Amino acid sequence: MMRFLLLFSRQGRLRLQKWFTPTPEREKKKIIRDMTTMVLARKPRSCNFLHWRDLKIVYKRYASLYFCLALEDQDNELLALEILHRYVELLDKYFGNVCELDIIFNFEKAYFILDEFLMGGEIQETSKQIVNRSIEASDMLQEDDNSDWYEVELFG
Amino acid sequence: MPAVSKGDGMRGLAVFISDIRNCKSKEAEIKRINKELANIRSKFKGDKALDGYSKKKYVCKLLFIFLLGHDIDFGHMEAVNLLSSNKYTEKQIGYLFISVLVNSNSELIRLINNAIKNDLSSRNPTFMCLALHCIANVGSREMAEAFASEIPRILVAGDTMDSVKQSAALCLLRLYKTSPDLVLMGEWTSRVVHLLNDQHMGVVTAAISLITCLSQKNPDEFKTCVSLAVSRLSRIVSSASTDLQDYTYYFVPAPWLSCKLLRLLQCYPPPEDGAVKGRLVECLETILNKAQEPPKSKKVQHSNAKNAILFEAISLIIHYDSEPNLLVRACNQLGQFLQHRETNLRYLALESMCTLASSEFSHEAVKTHIETVINALKTERDVSVRQRAADLLYAMCDRSNAKQIVAEMLSYLETADYSIREEMVLKVAILAEKYAVDYSWYVDTILNLIRIAGDYVSEEVWYRVIQIVINRDDVQGYAAKTVFEALQAPACHENMVKVGGYILGEFGNLIAGDPRSSPLVQFNLLHSKFHLCSVPTRALLLSAYIKFINLFPETKSTIQEVLRSDSQIRNSDVELQQRAVEYLKLSSIASTDVLATVLEEMPPFPERESSILAKLKKKKGPGAVSVSELEEGKREGGELNGGSDRGADTAAMAASNASTPSPQADLLGLRSTAPVGSAAPSAGSLLVDVFSEAGPATPSAAVNDDGFLRFVCKNNGVLFENQLLQIGIKSEYRQNLGRMYLFYGNKTSVQFASFTTTVSCPGDLQSHILYMQEHFVEPLVEGGAQVQQVLNIECLTDFCDAPLLNIKFRYGGALQNLTLKLPVTINKFFQPTEMASHDFFQRWKQLSQPQQEAQKIFKANHSMDTEVLKAKLLGLGTALLDNVDPNPENYVCAGVIQTKNQQVGCLLRLEPNAQAQVLSHTHTHTHTHTHTNLYSCL
Repeated sequence: MMRFLLLFSRQGRLRLQKWFTPTPEREKKKIIRDMTTMVLARKPRSCNFLHWRDLKIVYKRYASLYFCLALEDQDNELLALEILHRYVELLDKYFGNVCELDIIFNFEKAYFILDEFLMGGEIQETSKQIVNRSIEASDMLQEDDNSDWYEVELFG
Repeated sequence: MPAVSKGDGMRGLAVFISDIRNCKSKEAEIKRINKELANIRSKFKGDKALDGYSKKKYVCKLLFIFLLGHDIDFGHMEAVNLLSSNKYTEKQIGYLFISVLVNSNSELIRLINNAIKNDLSSRNPTFMCLALHCIANVGSREMAEAFASEIPRILVAGDTMDSVKQSAALCLLRLYKTSPDLVLMGEWTSRVVHLLNDQHMGVVTAAISLITCLSQKNPDEFKTCVSLAVSRLSRIVSSASTDLQDYTYYFVPAPWLSCKLLRLLQCYPPPEDGAVKGRLVECLETILNKAQEPPKSKKVQHSNAKNAILFEAISLIIHYDSEPNLLVRACNQLGQFLQHRETNLRYLALESMCTLASSEFSHEAVKTHIETVINALKTERDVSVRQRAADLLYAMCDRSNAKQIVAEMLSYLETADYSIREEMVLKVAILAEKYAVDYSWYVDTILNLIRIAGDYVSEEVWYRVIQIVINRDDVQGYAAKTVFEALQAPACHENMVKVGGYILGEFGNLIAGDPRSSPLVQFNLLHSKFHLCSVPTRALLLSAYIKFINLFPETKSTIQEVLRSDSQIRNSDVELQQRAVEYLKLSSIASTDVLATVLEEMPPFPERESSILAKLKKKKGPGAVSVSELEEGKREGGELNGGSDRGADTAAMAASNASTPSPQADLLGLRSTAPVGSAAPSAGSLLVDVFSEAGPATPSAAVNDDGFLRFVCKNNGVLFENQLLQIGIKSEYRQNLGRMYLFYGNKTSVQFASFTTTVSCPGDLQSHILYMQEHFVEPLVEGGAQVQQVLNIECLTDFCDAPLLNIKFRYGGALQNLTLKLPVTINKFFQPTEMASHDFFQRWKQLSQPQQEAQKIFKANHSMDTEVLKAKLLGLGTALLDNVDPNPENYVCAGVIQTKNQQVGCLLRLEPNAQAQVLSHTHTHTHTHTHTNLYSCL
């Protein structure tokens, strides 16, 4: 399973943090520090994988943002890269040409989108269409909060 | 500030975020945040009820502030309120807040659980998914208790929507991982397994994660999943890239599901059913074939997804380790990747080949790639790839290529990255020992190692070379000669001086015939390094000198002169001074015979597992070095050392010989045997026991409660200590809550691996106290380090047994298992109560019904000193009431035990009878069986 996902800028500013197992705040801060220094120190065109403690770290840079995912030993690194890519695609679809600012100003949306796609450190739904549809459906709910829940056909 | 894109914009939030971004300094940011916090606080406290939108907005701001790294101490209640809103966005923000800021506050957990319960039964799929997400995110024990039985029902119910099934499967997995005891699959097992057949690919993808985890724990109950998984895999592998619609990812059919299926199959041995096995082999062949086909897309996503499946298939082939044909094909495929232009693939190929190298079928095939791997070690730009190359070289090493590989590793060491040097040194040392055919090669290699990377040569490495030289008399002369030559270098590493001092002290006589290395030349050479060395090395050199006096009587006067000099005999370091004084005395009063006996050559060392191997294992974590490798190491080590095993009396002998005392012995806690008639009282046996596997801490599963009783009346102190580990406790209690800090100290100089601690409540204790582990301990505890763990404890009702703390870790390869009683006793929850004499006896009389009263007479084990007794009674947590009892000899105490459910008043009277050393003990109480529990404390 995945242990955590961090998004941070080239300056090391944290933009999103998702912890899939309960982690004390102090420990989180330490991990964030370790990850940013370790990943930002990597030279370009290095491989995207690292060993850290007993975890595998998979990271990838998209424009100004680093996406950094921690995996357990038996997880597949290449697919983890594609999980990151799929997340970027979903953000892109939602925001339309996503940029760092979208994630800063709509952080809660970035979390919701992640939740549609991953859960408890495992992948929940790999179909982009289905995830998009359910995100759109929630947005529709947001705009029309008085609608009757039971009539909303979400995943038809 | 960009326009908020979709859904409902929270303008106030966007303005706030924008303000924060415009802050020029940290101080300005904090100021802005404090202003906002004050604003939100006043809004929450204000008389006007907030509408849902404002509440949502403020909760969202708080969340933002928290995610920036600031503490949030309010707003939880408002977030919980949002959960019961029937507006989706409000509920969603409420759940997000709860998920991010989990709080162990039990009041709140109950409210949260209520909201979740409502949403789960709402039959609204969106709400159900939100609730399931929240459970998975928090994943606490309370939640597991509340929902572990409900979720399997949702998962297998016929009318559950697919999206809810997916969430339910992963939510259940999360709960199973945190509280496996609460998730009882039993009746659901077969229906869960059959989710593998579900027509919705998303459901299968989610369910398979759950099934894999359950299969790992209960392989037998889930073994029907093997044939289902094979047929599902076969259908995916043989499908055209468009068949699976949106589950095709960049022209690769269902990569996530395929990998998970292959991973699930790795929980089991190869299928026994011939047809199933045939089908699976066919799948694996198809996957290998596809790797040779031209790519359907140039995009990296396509090749990543395709290769992810390929690597997972290769893992399965390696796991089965039974199909030579497939193994060799896998090896060839990885060989291709070794030269691939994608760094990621080279990295993974090196890693994967490491496991392949240990299979007898493919070991030879892996070896054919040696040149490529050596080249990778030399030319890869990325250190993490070079590290994998070094790992692979180590894994593929055998007798036939050992000299080449060791030479390459040594030359790489000169330029190796600092981060991997120590591990490289260990690997070279192990390979050199394991595959040494002639010992001169071995000695050369290790001395080279010290020369090139002396700083990274740990004690284990130089101990080991000495151990081997001592055990093999055919290499001793060569070793003395080589080390003598190595010491000629103007600047040589201190580790070289240590090895040189030791070996010349033992075997200098073997080269003394040559005038170029006459005794005096040897001595002068060693002594020329003396002043540059640290205290432990100097101590070792002093021992070498006294050995010289025995070996070469002609050096006696020179050495005595050195020992007599002020810098030795008055050295400010106690150890050095003592050695100088004692050696000087020994050399002047002992007869030649006595000297020869005391300073006799070291006896051979008993055969043990190479401690270097143990160290490497620890470095790499458990499982990194396979058992077979370890055994091989032992076997080969045995050959190398001439296999002399004289067992325990060797140690005693070595001690009585007191040949080479060393302060290192103290570090290792081996200061046990005092040398008989020895010159150096502090001499442990330097090398004798260095390799022993933590003799003192015998693994014991029995509960150790030595420390427990001492904690009844105190809150802080050392709960447990042995030669390896010290456990300290600091605890504080307020009302029915307690917090306990556990400090685990590693007393050794080596790492503990796989360090885990678990707290359990025996019997029905669980219903009496709650504990919550706030801080989990890292699996690795470095030598000399201390780690901390926090436990929160809540007393629900009175209790008798104490919770158990189980600690497991690996030290030198041996599993240490320890169970201790945690000193949580009912009296910890005492609140002292002061009352006057009159009140006391009035209540005493009120509480005189039989079930409210208990009496016990017991013999005092210790003399009853008034002050000691007083301190103990205060430590018990009660108030000690002076001038209450008419008899001044008696002690009277009062207190209230605070539990979550009730408060129990206690009055206590102690009537010591000094002559007979007997205490009679009366004790009245508002509640019955607490008596027993309290008495057990007393």
